[in-house]
Amino acid sequence: MAEVALETQGLTMRFGGVVAANRVDFKLRARELRCLIGPNGAGKSTFFKCITGLQSPTEGEVYMRGVETTGWMPHQIASLGVGMKTQTPNVMDSLSVHENIWLAARRFHDSREADHKTQEIIDLLALGAIARDDLGRLAHGERQRVELGLVAVGDPWLILLDEPAAGLGAEEVERMTAIIHVLNRQAALVIVEHDMQFIRSIAQTVTVFHQGKVLIEDHVDRVMSDPVVRNVYLGKKS
Amino acid sequence: MPGDLKREAIAIAVVTGALILVLPLIIGTYTLTVLAVYGMLGLSLGLIWGFGGILCFGQAAFFGLGAYAYAISAINIGESTIPMLLAVLVPAVFAVLLGAMMFYGRLNDVYLGVITLVVTLILFKVINSTAGPQYMIGNARLGGFNGIPGFQTLNVPGKPDAYIWGDSYFYVCAVLLGFVYLLVTVLLRSSFGRIAVGIRENEVRMSLMGYDVRARKTVMFAIGAAIAGLAGGLFANWAEIVTPNLFSLSQSAEIIIWCIVGGLGTRLGPVLGAAGLAYLKFLLGQQALVDNALVTGLILVLFVLLLPKGVVPALSGLWRVSVGRRPPGRIRRRRRSRHRERLHG
Amino acid sequence: MDLYVVVLVEMLYGVASLILISAGLAIVFGMIKVINLAHGEFMMMGGYATITAVNLGVNVFVAMLLIAPVVVGLIGLVVERLVIRHLYGRLIDTMLATWGLSLFFIGLATMVFGNTTTGISTPIPGFAIGDYQVNGYNFFIIVVSALLLVAMLAVLKGTRAGLVARGTMQRPDMAAALGYSPDRVYMATFFCGSALSGLAGAILAPLVGLVPTSGGAYIAKAFITVIAGGPSLVAGLFASAGFFGAVNQIFTFAISPVIGEVALLVAAVVLLRILPQGVTGTFFKGRL
Repeated sequence: MAEVALETQGLTMRFGGVVAANRVDFKLRARELRCLIGPNGAGKSTFFKCITGLQSPTEGEVYMRGVETTGWMPHQIASLGVGMKTQTPNVMDSLSVHENIWLAARRFHDSREADHKTQEIIDLLALGAIARDDLGRLAHGERQRVELGLVAVGDPWLILLDEPAAGLGAEEVERMTAIIHVLNRQAALVIVEHDMQFIRSIAQTVTVFHQGKVLIEDHVDRVMSDPVVRNVYLGKKS
Repeated sequence: MPGDLKREAIAIAVVTGALILVLPLIIGTYTLTVLAVYGMLGLSLGLIWGFGGILCFGQAAFFGLGAYAYAISAINIGESTIPMLLAVLVPAVFAVLLGAMMFYGRLNDVYLGVITLVVTLILFKVINSTAGPQYMIGNARLGGFNGIPGFQTLNVPGKPDAYIWGDSYFYVCAVLLGFVYLLVTVLLRSSFGRIAVGIRENEVRMSLMGYDVRARKTVMFAIGAAIAGLAGGLFANWAEIVTPNLFSLSQSAEIIIWCIVGGLGTRLGPVLGAAGLAYLKFLLGQQALVDNALVTGLILVLFVLLLPKGVVPALSGLWRVSVGRRPPGRIRRRRRSRHRERLHG
Repeated sequence: MDLYVVVLVEMLYGVASLILISAGLAIVFGMIKVINLAHGEFMMMGGYATITAVNLGVNVFVAMLLIAPVVVGLIGLVVERLVIRHLYGRLIDTMLATWGLSLFFIGLATMVFGNTTTGISTPIPGFAIGDYQVNGYNFFIIVVSALLLVAMLAVLKGTRAGLVARGTMQRPDMAAALGYSPDRVYMATFFCGSALSGLAGAILAPLVGLVPTSGGAYIAKAFITVIAGGPSLVAGLFASAGFFGAVNQIFTFAISPVIGEVALLVAAVVLLRILPQGVTGTFFKGRL
């Protein structure tokens, strides 16, 4: 049996009377790549926030490599070796690309090693030309890429990404896809995404959320052709 | 990097030394002493606000605590070395407790402001009401609104009879200011300082990267309090009396004004802001035409409206433009809002 | 028995005076999210306006209920146009700028009125409940505060102006799209808030010796009452004034007035620490 990177059991999140996530059982093996999709308000982001520690679930448990992390703070989860990216770009705007990535590297390495790792990531993500620029001045795609660098520099074994391709142009999406494949060699990934093209190009297994529950979990091709999925989600799009 | 730091340390030492030699030719050392003390107090808030992103409306609380800790222990001990250490330690410990309470409760911004302001007021009211003879700590009467006069002032360590006063006391304060400035420089260059700036920029991001934001802010807060406490101890020695006014809201307001006017996010700004405005206040005190508070208030309003970055960043920006050097890094201007984030659940 | 009545009256008075002190700040903060740290000085100026008018021979109630609110309201209008207007949406900056204004007005009052204590006598005599002497003016304050709360509720919920103000407070862009200028709504709101501050200062003036720095005594209390009150303007004001007023008076009776004040402040710290989410409500979501 392959190692389990992430597992939730009966994860439930209520806001007042609204059940945003309803008894979600989810399992992710080591080095697996999984996309979460679903229409607006399906509960993907709530589910995502519960596993990253940004919100604390009402019921249920979260396990990462067998360690129960239910209700942990984000920094505790990150310290396990989990890399996370939130839906909106979350970067240090008045610091340079180099400083941003260095700060992420410094968490797991001493100062000198962090310099070294930072350079590696900057090369990997082809950020060399803008390494000394402040994040606030960069274009959206570049900021997304830097944030991926922040996630990658800690050598995580589990990566949680909320909409990494949102608002990117075709060329940038392609670059993002390549980076994700590189990351996937070391780490298991959970990706919340909307862009179907992007999902097709990276995903094997897809989990579809609908009304707070897992509707279906299957290979991307079968999910795409499933009439129920088309009905709740894809049907609206095309 | 270390070579850089060494150069900066030398620069700080040289500038401090030059100012110690030159300034007494223009301004009396008695006034200069308090300017140096205020400079240190300004630096304490400049550090936690400008670099740590913690807006404390009650920095005066730590200043006052330092002063009272010094005065009370000096009366009881009769020698100034341990009281001076206590002036640093007592506010720092108090700040750890207060900071932990606030930051572990995820209080921010306005709530931080309210609580630090209220805590300052509590201290003010409590100390103010201890006029009766029953309020004693050891041999020291707290004295309520009358304050505590007549304590042992600074002496050469180990020699209670060898007082340090007048010009010598100014040298001590100025050198200590230079030393604290150097410490702040080292701190900001260290990993701790760089991480603190990261937290100022984006707390969520830093915690997603695995940093315990609460603990780090608490430590930063305590460092600021320790510096303010040292300034308080030095102030007590200069004034030779401590009164509840050290804890007053107007004292807190002044520290904030120094930082705003001097410039946040710089080390030099708050020091210059403090010394400059305190000297202006001293000059205004010598005339009766315009009220002091009116001018201070007007300065704060005008700076918030017209020059919110403060003097030092504005001047260094001007310097860069006029000398024609570009800021480090390529200049790029691209529209960031081209791709607005879509919002969905 | 008589003692209980007296304690009850004192308790009500404690709550009422907190409501009075905080109302102006609550309006300005609740409606346009500006924390006016010069609020205490607005009250101080209300006090001076009253005393000056009375000294010129105006009836004391006219001076308190009419002249002071109008004068301070107009000062508020000037302040809004010159300063606040440029800072909407920048919470910390408005706090800093109004703190500057507070110092400015202290200085101005010192230059105009001098750094001496002035005052007027209470216009309503005291009377006895059993063996205890009660300050009749306290009843006046209780009545005014009650009327004030009712009036605020009535204006906000019952009038067209209140509706426009509430709409603008929630979605300025929408209000603008519907043809209401947020700029003018903010201006009017700030005028009303300032006028209320002036009213409060005027009504409390007979109880205190007025000095230019008198405002400092009010601002912290008003500040914490409003912040602890949370999103709902009138209900929040009532709830937190009730809580803090009760705490204050209980400790004042049990120990001493100073301890009463300190207990109020400690209660505020504890409350904010325990209920940051409940108190925050929707005010600061995503705000710096």
